[in-house]
Amino acid sequence: MAYSDKVIDHYNNPRNVGQMDKNSQEVGTGLVGAPECGDVMRLQIKVNPETQVIEEAKFKTFGCGSAIASSSLATEWVKGKTVDEAMEIKNTDIVKELALPPVKIHCSVLAEDAIRAAIGDWKKKNGVAEGAVAAQPVAAN
Amino acid sequence: MSTVINDSISVPANVHLPIYMDNHATTPLDPRVLEAMMPFFTGKFGNAASRNHSFGWEAEQAVEAAREQVAKIIGATAKEIIFTSGATESNNLAIKGIAEMYKERGNHIITQVTEHKAVLDTCKRLEKAGYRVTYLPVKADGLIDLEDLKRAIDDKTILVTIMIANNEIGILQPTAEIGKLCHERGVIFHTDGVQAIGKVPVDVNAMNIDVLSLSAHKLYGPKGVGALYVRRRNPRVQISEQINGGGHERGMRSGTLNVPGIVGLGKACEIAREEMQEETKRLTALRDKLKQKLESHLDYVHVNGSMEHRLPGNLNMSFVYVEGESLLMGINEIAVSSGSACTSATLEPSYVLKALGLGDDVAHSSIRFGLGRFNTEAEVDYVADKLIDVVQKLRELSPLYEMVKEGIDISKIEWQAH
Repeated sequence: MAYSDKVIDHYNNPRNVGQMDKNSQEVGTGLVGAPECGDVMRLQIKVNPETQVIEEAKFKTFGCGSAIASSSLATEWVKGKTVDEAMEIKNTDIVKELALPPVKIHCSVLAEDAIRAAIGDWKKKNGVAEGAVAAQPVAAN
Repeated sequence: MSTVINDSISVPANVHLPIYMDNHATTPLDPRVLEAMMPFFTGKFGNAASRNHSFGWEAEQAVEAAREQVAKIIGATAKEIIFTSGATESNNLAIKGIAEMYKERGNHIITQVTEHKAVLDTCKRLEKAGYRVTYLPVKADGLIDLEDLKRAIDDKTILVTIMIANNEIGILQPTAEIGKLCHERGVIFHTDGVQAIGKVPVDVNAMNIDVLSLSAHKLYGPKGVGALYVRRRNPRVQISEQINGGGHERGMRSGTLNVPGIVGLGKACEIAREEMQEETKRLTALRDKLKQKLESHLDYVHVNGSMEHRLPGNLNMSFVYVEGESLLMGINEIAVSSGSACTSATLEPSYVLKALGLGDDVAHSSIRFGLGRFNTEAEVDYVADKLIDVVQKLRELSPLYEMVKEGIDISKIEWQAH
């Protein structure tokens, strides 16, 4: 299968790889996927308690090139957004940006799940009401 | 962090990219085989079935010489060789042809779970037609348990079909023992010899093989041509034809013979037979070097299947906590294959690896290396270095590897299957 240049770029130069202290009050962690399905993503965000802006994002992913690219892109996109803005990121935006083929759409769904799970974790830690947008990850496929 | 996955390892002057190390999928044509084939495309173009002119005689002579060459590599006689379009056709012809011919005697067929789809799907088709098929399991090393086979044979069993060498993990089934058992019980023994012929010694008499499928393109011959060995005595095996027409190949396989292809198959068998001993020594050394290098530089690597009963050029390894397709992407100038779901059309991980009892996560992380006649030691060194580099980088990216390194038991985590 041929990959788009953007997938190859994110795969070769993944952005924001790493981890943050998951016990920190300001950090929200989302761990989604399953090893037996061939992809696991961990996405972490560090949120400014005053402004609710995501100031830092890190990821690690076990998965195919498209899964790595989707989560790398997700970290780029959430940075600088408020948690509410970040909740608006849709998997279809990721599909479009990376030109993912139909068989790789689940990678983008997983990345969206990871964002929501990280925000959900942060909200839980900080006693922020769930609000209008559900923080629970949705079933991917 | 500035991880760059696919860079840095320099390519030595004696290594040319891309490197082909997927010789179980197919092999390059040996130039000596091509040379033997060439005259039969143009000047010597006759139809081997033309009985009344020199063009036909010339073609027929070449086909008969090839028949001898093919027979010789398996210890058969020329009259026992039928030419086909390849091993898928040979397997279909053997299994369906025997099932049909011997249906009065019984309706039970025995095979095993890691067979090639050309065998498994043919058996499934026969099940729909009312045959009973037993799929024997394999042990963790990939071999069947002979006791299972003994128990499975009953008075309705007409055929046992078990491959010699597996195409993914390269393991060698106990073929001689299977053959002996079948002959003791009066059951026909067919074997898919595609991966084994030309790689390891096979003798149809010593191993009590009754019917054997082989293909040219797996042993440095051309694509689109194969053969089926059908035993003529002790016992005489009969097969119902599956393709009707001009009655070629003693009526068992009609259709104008692919003369250049058959000449190529014959030549490929001859070369393989003459060079097998030397090639086995060389490929085993290269394969063991590759394995040793990978194992000494990487943790959590897992060899899939028996090392003891294995084809010389095969290595199937899982690089746990790294997903196979992402690994292939990082070594995109090295042609190998993976048991990862993402590399398959079905999005399911390899059924062969799952049959060994491996978890899906280990199957997703597997790479099959198929070393062949034209691979060099310099290539093996480069492939090992490159793979070590990419695996290490992808593990820096792997949350699973990080967790395991931190002492977390990832099997205890409640993952959300999706």
